[in-house]
Amino acid sequence: MAAPLQRLIPRKTMLRHAPSLTLGLFLIPIGAGLIGTWLPAFGYLPALGGAGLDLESWRRLLTHPSLPAALRLTLTSGILASVLSLALVIAFVSGCHGTRLYHRLHRILAPVLAVPHVAIAIGLAFLIAPSGWLARLISPWATGWTTPPDVATVNDPYGLALTLGLVVKEVPYLLLMTMAALGQVQAARRMAVARSLGYGPVVGWLKTVLPAVYGLIRLPIYAVIAYSLSVVDMAMVLAPATPPPLAVLILRWFNDPDLSLRFQAAAGAVLQLLAVILVIAVWNLLERAVMRLGRRWIVGGRRGGGGGAAAMAAGGAMSLLFAAAGLSVAVLGIWSLAGRWRYPGAFPVDMSFATWGRHLPGLSWAASTTLIAGAVAAALALALALACLENEQRNALRTTNRALWLLYAPLLVPQVAFLFGFQVIAVRAGIDGTWMTLIWSHVLFVLPYVFLSLAEPYRSLDERYARAARCLGASPNRVFWRVKAPMLLRPIAIAFAMGFAVSVAQYLPTLFAGGGRFVTLTTEAVALSGGGGRRVAGVFAFAQAALPLLVFALALGVPAWIHRHRQALRSAP
Amino acid sequence: MNAALVLHAVELMLGERRLIGPLDLSVAPGEIVTLMGPSGCGKSSLLGYLCGTLDPAIRGAGRVMLGVDDISILAPERRRVGILFQDDLLFPHLSVAENLAFGLPAAIHGRAARRARVEAALSEADLEGFADRDPATLSGGQRARIALLRTLLAAPRALLLDEPFSKLDASLRDRIRHFVFEHARLNDLPCLLVTHDPADAQAAGGRVFEAGTSE
Repeated sequence: MAAPLQRLIPRKTMLRHAPSLTLGLFLIPIGAGLIGTWLPAFGYLPALGGAGLDLESWRRLLTHPSLPAALRLTLTSGILASVLSLALVIAFVSGCHGTRLYHRLHRILAPVLAVPHVAIAIGLAFLIAPSGWLARLISPWATGWTTPPDVATVNDPYGLALTLGLVVKEVPYLLLMTMAALGQVQAARRMAVARSLGYGPVVGWLKTVLPAVYGLIRLPIYAVIAYSLSVVDMAMVLAPATPPPLAVLILRWFNDPDLSLRFQAAAGAVLQLLAVILVIAVWNLLERAVMRLGRRWIVGGRRGGGGGAAAMAAGGAMSLLFAAAGLSVAVLGIWSLAGRWRYPGAFPVDMSFATWGRHLPGLSWAASTTLIAGAVAAALALALALACLENEQRNALRTTNRALWLLYAPLLVPQVAFLFGFQVIAVRAGIDGTWMTLIWSHVLFVLPYVFLSLAEPYRSLDERYARAARCLGASPNRVFWRVKAPMLLRPIAIAFAMGFAVSVAQYLPTLFAGGGRFVTLTTEAVALSGGGGRRVAGVFAFAQAALPLLVFALALGVPAWIHRHRQALRSAP
Repeated sequence: MNAALVLHAVELMLGERRLIGPLDLSVAPGEIVTLMGPSGCGKSSLLGYLCGTLDPAIRGAGRVMLGVDDISILAPERRRVGILFQDDLLFPHLSVAENLAFGLPAAIHGRAARRARVEAALSEADLEGFADRDPATLSGGQRARIALLRTLLAAPRALLLDEPFSKLDASLRDRIRHFVFEHARLNDLPCLLVTHDPADAQAAGGRVFEAGTSE
C-alpha cells in the first residue's frame, strides 16, 4: 500500500555503489597494510627470508638501546601538543567568540591550514633557532649577541620545538572543526539563555556550549592525538636526532640498507599503533572523568565574571600562534631570496632570485609531480565525496556514527603503522612506484578532509531548489549538474583546494607508495632541511607552501568571478 | 483540452498517524480547488505526494490521475505537475532569463527560439528588460511573478500552489493572487491550492475543503 518509491527513483547503479567503493578504497589499503606490517613483526616475510612466526623482532625492538628514549619523546611531545592545542582552542573560543579577532582568524583559517606541515616546521626552525630570524631581529641591540648563542632551541632533547610545531599546525585544524561545530549546536541561543541567567561569557560558554561541542570535535581531537604521536616529517626537521621519536626511528630502520632491520621496524610500527590506541583510550577515560566532575561544576551555580583577562590571554596566545605560522612562511621566502646574510643582521645584505634560478630544473620537476598528484587525488576525492553525498540525498540516507569513524580511519591509524605493509603488498601486486599507487595513497588522506569540508554545505543546501527543479522537468542528474553543483561551486572549490593542500603535504605516503621513485616538493624539502643549506631549503619549502596557497586563492577567486553578477551567491558563506 | 486532476483514495501516513485522507477529489481544468488546514496538518506533504517529491519518512498511497494517465508511478520530472512554493526558489546562480529557460522544455530547439519564448513570457507579464537581471536584485512581487512564469513555461498539465502568497507583503498579495489565478485559468489548468489563509480561498473563488482536522 506504500507508494512504489523505488520506481520513482531512477536506478543509478554507479551512484548506488559510491559509498561501498569509497569505503573499499579506504579500508583495503589500511587493512591490508596493517596485516602486511603485522606479519613481518612476527617474523613472517618470505621475500626477506622470514618464514616462521617468532618473537625475535620484538626481542630486538624491545632491547634496542634507543627505544626507551624514543618512546618517551614520542609520548611527551605528542601528548603535550594535543593537550596544549585543545586547551588553547577551548580558551580562545570560550573567551573570544563574537570578537573582531575571532572573525578575523576565522577568515584566514583555511589558508593557514593549507600550509603543509613541513613548510611550517622548516620555517619555524628558521625562526626560533639560535641563528634564526627572531634572534637576528633583536640582536645585537637587545641581546648583545654577535654570534648565535649555544642553546638548542631546535632539535632540543625534550622535543619542545617539535611540540611547538605541532601546536602551530594542529590548533588551526581544531579551531576550524570547533567553529564548524558551533553552528550545529546553536551556540548563540545557548549563550543567550546562559547570559540571561546571569552567567559570564566565558563560564557560560564552558557550561552550556562546550559539553555539546566536545562531542562533535571528539574525532578530530583523536585525529590530532594520533597525528601528534606518529608525526614523521615535522619530527625530522624539529625533533632531536639521537634518539628521534619512535616514528622516525622506525622509518630509519625501514630505510636501512640492512634489510634484516625491517623485522624490528615492523614490530616498531605495531608498537606505534599500540601507543596511539593506548593514549586515545586513556584520553577517553579521562574525558568521562572530566565530564562527571564537570557536571557537578555546571550545576554548582557559579556564574563567573566578565572573563576579560582570560579572554585577553587566550586571544594573545592565539594571535602569537597565527603570527608564528605567517612568519614561518615569510622567513622561508626571505631565505630563498637571500644572498649574503651575516649574523646578526635582521635582513640579508642582498637579495636575488639566484637560488631559485639555480634550482629551477629540479624545482619544476618536483613541483609538477606535486601538482599532478595533488590535482588528480583531489579531483578523485571530490568525485567520490560528491557521489556519496548525492547518493545519500537521493536515497534519503543518514550518515551514521560508525560511517564517520570509518571516514576518520586514515587519520586515526598512524601512517607508519600500515604504509610499510601497503608497500609490501603493492610490490607483490606489481603496482609499487606507479602513479596509480601514489595517488591512491594520497586519496586515502585527502578524502576525509574533502568529504568533511563538503558535507556541511552540501547537506544544508535548501533541498526545495532540487524539488522545484524536478517539478520543472529536470532529471536528478540534471538537477545535480545544473542546480546543485553551480550553487555549491564555492564550497566545492574550497574542498578541492583543501584536498590539494593535504596531498601536497604527504610525506610518508609519497615515500612508501611511491617506492622512492617520486620526488615532490615535500620529499625534497624534508631532504634539504637536513643540511642542504637554508637558501635551497627555503626555495623548496616556500614553493611547497605557495602551491596550496595559490590553489586556495583560485578556489576563492574563480567562483567569485563566475558569480560576480549573482548577489545571493556572493554573500553566501 | 487539458485533463482533470483526479485523486483516488489518497492518504498519507506518518508512522501510525494518519495525516491526510483517504481523499477522493477531482479538479477540472481551469478550476481552482482550495484545501484549508492549519500548518503541520500535512497539506504540503499532500502536494509533495502529487508531484512525487514526498519526504521518504511519510508513506503515501492512492492513485493520482491526470485524465487517463496514472502519474503516481512516474518520476517527478515526468509528471508535468507544476508547483509554486512559499518561496520563489529562483535559482540564485542563474539570471532571470536562464531561470525561465530552465523551465522551458528541450523540445523548443535553438538558442534564438528559446530566447524568444522567454522574452515573450516576460513581456506578457510586464517584465520586459528583466531578462539579464540577477534574481537577487528584484522585488518580492517581481520574483513571485517570474517563479510562476518559470512553472508555466515547463508546460505543466496541473498546477499546485503551496501557500505561495503567505510570505508576500499584504499590499502585494492581492495582485499576485490575481496574477496567478488568472494564469491558471487562462492556461486551463486544474489547480490545487493549499493554504491556512481564508482570504486565499475566497480569492480563489472555487470549492473549499478542510484538510486534516488535526488531532
